[in-house]
Amino acid sequence: MPSYHLDHLQHLETEAIHLMREVAGEFERPALLFSGGKDSLCLLRLAEKAFRPSELPTPLLNIDTGHHFPELNEFRDRRAQQLGAKLIVRTVEDAIARGIAAPAPGEISRNRLQIPVLLAAIEEFRFDCCIGGARRDEEKARAKERFFSFRDSFGQWDPKNQRPEIWNLYNGRLNPGENMRVFPLSNWTEMDVWEYIRRERLEVPSIYFSHHRRAVRRGGQWLPANHLVPPRPHEEVRELTVRVRTIGDIISTGLVESPAEDVDDIIAEIAAARVTERGSRADDRASEAAMEDRKKAGYF
Amino acid sequence: MFTDDTLSAPPVAIPVDILRFNTCGSVDDGKSTLIGRLLYDSKSLMEDQLEALERSADITGGGQINLANLTDGLRAEREQGITIDVAYRYFATPRRKFIIADTPGHVQYTRNMVTGASLSNLSIILVDARTGVIEQSRRHTALASLLRIPHLVVAINKMDLVGWSEARFLEIRAQFEEFLPRLAIKDVKFIPLSALNGDNVVTPSAATPWYAGPTLLGHLESVHIASDWNLSGFRFPVQWVNRPHNPTNPALHDFRGFSGQIAGGIVRPGQKVVALPAGIATRVKQIWTYDGPVSEAFCPQSVTLVLEHDIDLSRGSMLIGLDDLPGASSDLHAEICWMHPRPLRPGKKYFLKHTTQTVQVAVTEITHRLNLSTFDPEPGPAELVVNDLGQVRLRAARPLVFDSYADNRLTGSFILIEPGTNATVAAGMLHPPREVVKAENGDYVI
Repeated sequence: MPSYHLDHLQHLETEAIHLMREVAGEFERPALLFSGGKDSLCLLRLAEKAFRPSELPTPLLNIDTGHHFPELNEFRDRRAQQLGAKLIVRTVEDAIARGIAAPAPGEISRNRLQIPVLLAAIEEFRFDCCIGGARRDEEKARAKERFFSFRDSFGQWDPKNQRPEIWNLYNGRLNPGENMRVFPLSNWTEMDVWEYIRRERLEVPSIYFSHHRRAVRRGGQWLPANHLVPPRPHEEVRELTVRVRTIGDIISTGLVESPAEDVDDIIAEIAAARVTERGSRADDRASEAAMEDRKKAGYF
Repeated sequence: MFTDDTLSAPPVAIPVDILRFNTCGSVDDGKSTLIGRLLYDSKSLMEDQLEALERSADITGGGQINLANLTDGLRAEREQGITIDVAYRYFATPRRKFIIADTPGHVQYTRNMVTGASLSNLSIILVDARTGVIEQSRRHTALASLLRIPHLVVAINKMDLVGWSEARFLEIRAQFEEFLPRLAIKDVKFIPLSALNGDNVVTPSAATPWYAGPTLLGHLESVHIASDWNLSGFRFPVQWVNRPHNPTNPALHDFRGFSGQIAGGIVRPGQKVVALPAGIATRVKQIWTYDGPVSEAFCPQSVTLVLEHDIDLSRGSMLIGLDDLPGASSDLHAEICWMHPRPLRPGKKYFLKHTTQTVQVAVTEITHRLNLSTFDPEPGPAELVVNDLGQVRLRAARPLVFDSYADNRLTGSFILIEPGTNATVAAGMLHPPREVVKAENGDYVI
C-alpha cells in the first residue's frame, strides 16, 4: 500500500494554492503584491502552481518607496518580465508630488508613507483584493491576522472585529469600496520560506547572499551606508561582509555579518540563529506596537 | 524561572510533517505559560523575543517574566491582561513542525475555539490540578468532540501545587472518564505537568516516578496523524476553471482543466467520475500539475483535472468517485455554532458557503440547543445567541452535494454569512444525508 503522506512543505503549498484559487474564484479584480523579496518570490511560484497553464489572473503591484535597494528593483522587473506578468509600480516620490502622501517635518523614513500610496493604487485600479506575502511568525500583531483579512473603505484593519475563519472556508464577501488582503503564507516560517526556495530552486536577489558593503553603526545595528542619511562624524563606518535577512528600505534594513554564499548556507545560518528576522528591522523596533499601529492604518 | 541546563540543539533537519493543535483552558489554567514553555524549552524563542519579554516584565510585570506575553500580541491584550482572539504560533523539532492555535478561555470562548480548532489534529485541555474538572473542562471537551478533533490531551497542570500527588492525578482522570464515553473522541492521553517549571513539558520530571508516559512534547512529536485525512470517497470541489485561451500555442488552445483541492479520497487517470449537480459521468484523462502530470493524487493535494468529455462545469460543481457516494439535498440538518451578537431565529435568511459554492438558505427550525455542561439537548429554543451550539434545519435555494461532518470535515462543513454586513455568523457541521446520489440508467441524478 502506497503511503499517502505530505511533508510539511507540501502541506503549506497545497494550503497556499487553495487560497490563491479562492481569490481567483471570489474576487473581480485581485492584485498580487510583489517586491522581489523572498516571501513574495514564493508567492509568485505558488501563483504559477495555482494557475498554470493559464496566465496569472492578477497583475503584480509594488509600492516603491524610492528607498529600495537598487538590486531588488532590478530583480523585481526582470522576474515579472520572465513570467510575462503585468507589473504595476506606484512610487512614494510621485505620490508626494501629487499630494497623495505628505511627509511629516523631518520624516525621512518612507515606511508610513507607503500606506496612502497603496490605498491610492487600490482605488486607481479598483482592486478588491491584494494578495500579500506576510507571515504570522514575523511579528506579534501578524500572529493574530486571518488568511482573508478584511479592510474597511478606509483600508483599516480592526483586530477586535475579525471574521472567524473556520476549516478552509473563507468569507470573501465585500461591499463596494471595501478590500480584502489575503495572506497565503500565513502559516509559513522563515525556515519554510528558505526550504521552499531550495526545493523549487528559485532565484533570489543577490543581497540575500554574502557581499561587501560599507556599513554604518546606528541604533545598535549595522545599516547600509547611504546618501539619504549620510554617516555623521561620530558614527562608525566599516567595510563589512554582510547579507540581509529581511529587506526593508535601505535606511532601515539591518545587515547581518555573514559568510552565507548559497541557500544551503542561509538555511544552516537560520537554524542556528538566536534572533528573529524582524529583529533587524528598525521600523519594527520603534515600539512594541509599531506593526499593529501601521496595520490598523492600512499597511500591507 | 528560566534555567538553561536542559536542552537539545535547535533543529537543523527538515521536519517531516505538520501537527496542528490548539490549547483550551479557562483564564488561569496557564495556557499561555504552557505555550511559552514549549517554545522556550524547545529552543524556539529568540533572543530579541526574550529581551522584549524582559522589557515588558520591567514595565508591567514587576520584574517577573510572564511567558504569556509571548502569545498576547496586541496592545489591548497586554494592557488588559486578556487574549482577544486566536493567535497562531509556530515551532519545529527535528521530528515535526507545529502550528499552535492559542484561544482565550473567557467570554467568546466557543466562537474562538471553533475558529482555532476547526482544522486541529489535536486539542490540549488544560486542567488545574487543584480544582480538577470544572464546567469549562467539560465544555471544551464537548467542543473538541463536536469538531471531531481526532486526538485529545488532558494536561493536568500545576501538579507542583498538589505535591505531585498520583492520587490527585488519578482522581481527575477518573472525573474525565466518567463523561468521555458519551463523546466522540477516540484517543485521549492524560499527562501530569507543571507549565511554570517545565516538568513533563519537554523534559521528563523527576517528581513523577509513578508516571510512565511521554512528556507533552514527546507525545506531540509521536502521535499518529497520517490517517487524519479522509482517503475513502473521492471528492473534488471545482475552485477555478483553468482555460488558457492561448490561440498561438496549439497544445494550450483546447486545454480545459478544473483546478481545486481534493477534499476526500484518491484520484487516478482513467478513473470514472461524476460531475454534480449536472449528473454527467466521465473519466479523468490527466492529472495536471505545474511539476508535470501525476499518476495519482489524494486529499488534500491541489491539482488540475482534465476530463475525457467536454462537460460544462464551473466553480461550485463537485466531481465525485463512484465508490462512496455523497448525499444531495436542499433540506439540511446540522449542528451549528452561533458566532454573532445578533441572535439566530427561525425564518432568517443567510448565505451558506460550502466547499467552493455559496447558496442562499432559510432557517426553517431550531430543533434544539445543546447544553455543553450536561451534553443534553434542550428542545425548541426560540433563538440561538452568540456562543450557543444547537441543531438546526435549513432550506437551501438549490441542493447541496455533501457528506456528514463525521465522515469528512471538508465536505461536511459550512459557514453562514449575514447578507448586508457580510459577517460570518455561524459554523455548521452537517448531519448524515438521508438520501445519497442515486444511479439511474447509468447517469447520476440528484
